[in-house]
Amino acid sequence: MIRHFTIDGIKVPFQERQTIMDAAMAAGIYIPHLCHNPEFRPQGSCRLCTVKVDGRNLAACTTPATDHAEVKSNTKKLMAMRRTLLQLLFVEGNHVCPACEKSGACQLQAVAYYCGMLAPEFTHFYPQREVDASHPEFAIDFNRCILCELCVRASRDADQKSVFAISGRGIHVHLTVNSPSGKLGDSDFDKHDRAAHVCPVGAILPKHTGYDVPIGKRLYDRKPVSMVGDVSDHEED
Amino acid sequence: MTDMTDINALETAADPEKLRRVAIEPLTRVEGHGKVSLLLDEENRVKQARLHIVEFRGFEKFIQGRPYWELPVLVQRLCGICPVSHHLAAAKAVDQLVGVDQPTPSAEKMRRLMHRGQILQSHALHFFHLSSPDLLFGYDDEVAHRNIVGVLAEHPDLAKQGVLLRKFGQEVIHFTAGKRVHGTGAIPGGVNKSLSLSERDKLLADIDQVIEWSQGALDLAKRIFFEDLENNRRFARIETNMLSLCGDNGALDLYHGGLRAKAPDGSFIFDKVDYRNYGDYIREQVKPWSYMKFPYIKSLGSNEGAYRVGPLARINNCDVIPTPLAEAARVEFRAFSGNGLVQSTLAYHWARMIELLFCAEAIKVLLLDSDITGNNLRTKGEMRDEGIGVIEAPRGTLFHHYRINEDGLVTQANLIVSTTNNNRAMNQSIRRVAADHFDGRELSEPLLNQIEVAIRAYDPCLSCATHALGKMPLEVELVDAEGTIIGRLHKDGSRIVSRCSL
Repeated sequence: MIRHFTIDGIKVPFQERQTIMDAAMAAGIYIPHLCHNPEFRPQGSCRLCTVKVDGRNLAACTTPATDHAEVKSNTKKLMAMRRTLLQLLFVEGNHVCPACEKSGACQLQAVAYYCGMLAPEFTHFYPQREVDASHPEFAIDFNRCILCELCVRASRDADQKSVFAISGRGIHVHLTVNSPSGKLGDSDFDKHDRAAHVCPVGAILPKHTGYDVPIGKRLYDRKPVSMVGDVSDHEED
Repeated sequence: MTDMTDINALETAADPEKLRRVAIEPLTRVEGHGKVSLLLDEENRVKQARLHIVEFRGFEKFIQGRPYWELPVLVQRLCGICPVSHHLAAAKAVDQLVGVDQPTPSAEKMRRLMHRGQILQSHALHFFHLSSPDLLFGYDDEVAHRNIVGVLAEHPDLAKQGVLLRKFGQEVIHFTAGKRVHGTGAIPGGVNKSLSLSERDKLLADIDQVIEWSQGALDLAKRIFFEDLENNRRFARIETNMLSLCGDNGALDLYHGGLRAKAPDGSFIFDKVDYRNYGDYIREQVKPWSYMKFPYIKSLGSNEGAYRVGPLARINNCDVIPTPLAEAARVEFRAFSGNGLVQSTLAYHWARMIELLFCAEAIKVLLLDSDITGNNLRTKGEMRDEGIGVIEAPRGTLFHHYRINEDGLVTQANLIVSTTNNNRAMNQSIRRVAADHFDGRELSEPLLNQIEVAIRAYDPCLSCATHALGKMPLEVELVDAEGTIIGRLHKDGSRIVSRCSL
């Protein structure tokens, strides 16, 4: 027997062990998210997919769907909270969209547009972060990392390498590379790794290229993220 | 009238502590702040006049550590008016980093098209929006009237032409770079798009009208110059060398060529210099009173080696313009000076409109070239660790010089922007104005405006954002030798001048 719950009044079928996010994606209903990728185990860290489930705020990507649940997603209040989360992400790192080669094809930017974020309202942290371009084919720009851990999960679970990890606590949490020097060039990272193609922002990018796709033809130039889907859906190994 | 030696003496007064200081600050606010300081003696005679560009952008520093492939898009943010120039100068430097000495014909022509569109829109903006109020109404016209709104009221067709010329140039940039401002067209070793047939046809539909309006603007600039020839010839006039890029055959080339410098008598100081060796020919002097450096021609030293760049230099320097209408205008322009160079600062407007016409004609040539819709857009080569790109921006010669490490990250950058090249010349011109017009007179708004008119002729980035709407704020303080403010004149955004209480 197929069971159902509702998202914003729309009846959504689900199967055993599916999360709210899984069922919503299968039904073609978009819930904003950054750290979620159905290829990997959900971890609910970005909290953008927070929905109201029978009156409680829960992450859609980690909450199992339950029969007859009433889920609210596209509400004024939840969208306002998402905008706040997005603004925090923008000021915590150094996201210089005007000069970033990922601009127009960046999931953070696309979700921000979708949620109606026009500008960060908080004071920028302007953290001092570096670019690790030691690998011959890929570079990591730590300024743009949003700690979604998709590269960590992809390297560990898909590539069986564990090139990446998250270190530090609280405000000092940061992405690290598991190599003797801490540099990507000293790791066994490879351009064909799944981890090279899951970054939703411009933190892990191929070297020697950028802006190859003209403005107007970039991933999110014509349609919103709710219709286009995630960056990783369009990345090729 | 004070002679040239006297205005050189106006850079630094012998006994500044005994003089009254008058500061025009902020002069304007586009790429940072600018101000003019004057030191006057007890009889209001000018003893020192300086244009200070107190900008500090920091681009050369903060791009260190960034990947080289970002440079063309990142550094264009230096400017909102001529970003294409920075975009392309950086792209030319980055071509060298990726081992590309010659992009494909389609790539180079797309870049040239983008560049001509940008010079067309920038020159139109400057002439119609920024300078025409001074030129049409006079420097001492009522301030409430001497602005683009006044031009719209009295010369609506002219103002409309200015708007539409600019719109066309912006559309060229849009079709070549993806956006009207801060696009992404040029990439390492080429471009990311060519023109579609529909884009080409849209531009072709308007180009003949654009050429006609450009010819009209040139005729107007020339007519204004000749209407009060003696005064216009002398106003803010200085004798300098001229520097620009020139094509191999001596033709006007705004995108690529060798460095050419001419002395005031028209003789060559150097010619056909590979711009990658610019460091052997150009030096920069630092002065303690300005954040902007003072470039000069190395072989002549810091005083004799001062030069001007921009339209005046380019039209003086080139032997020919490769489009017929602009070439006819160049011949007339050069005949004006006999054998020497045209040195009148206000002739910048005339030269600028010759270039406007050249760009309009040259855009048509490119639109009719099949390479502009071609598909071979990018080439690659062996990586190098140094790249130098030079281009003729609307305001003059623009140098971008980068070094990268083996990872591809920038380790060193040197940018000599067009306005910097004219730093010494703009200072000399305001001294000329101060010496000729200020001595012993009570300060007034029309007098202050003459300083602005002199600076504005060079079309520095300083003048761009404010004057168009008559919102250039000015405040002049009279300070006695002890530093006490004894008088203050204020011109607000509506250009009303008031004497402030202390």
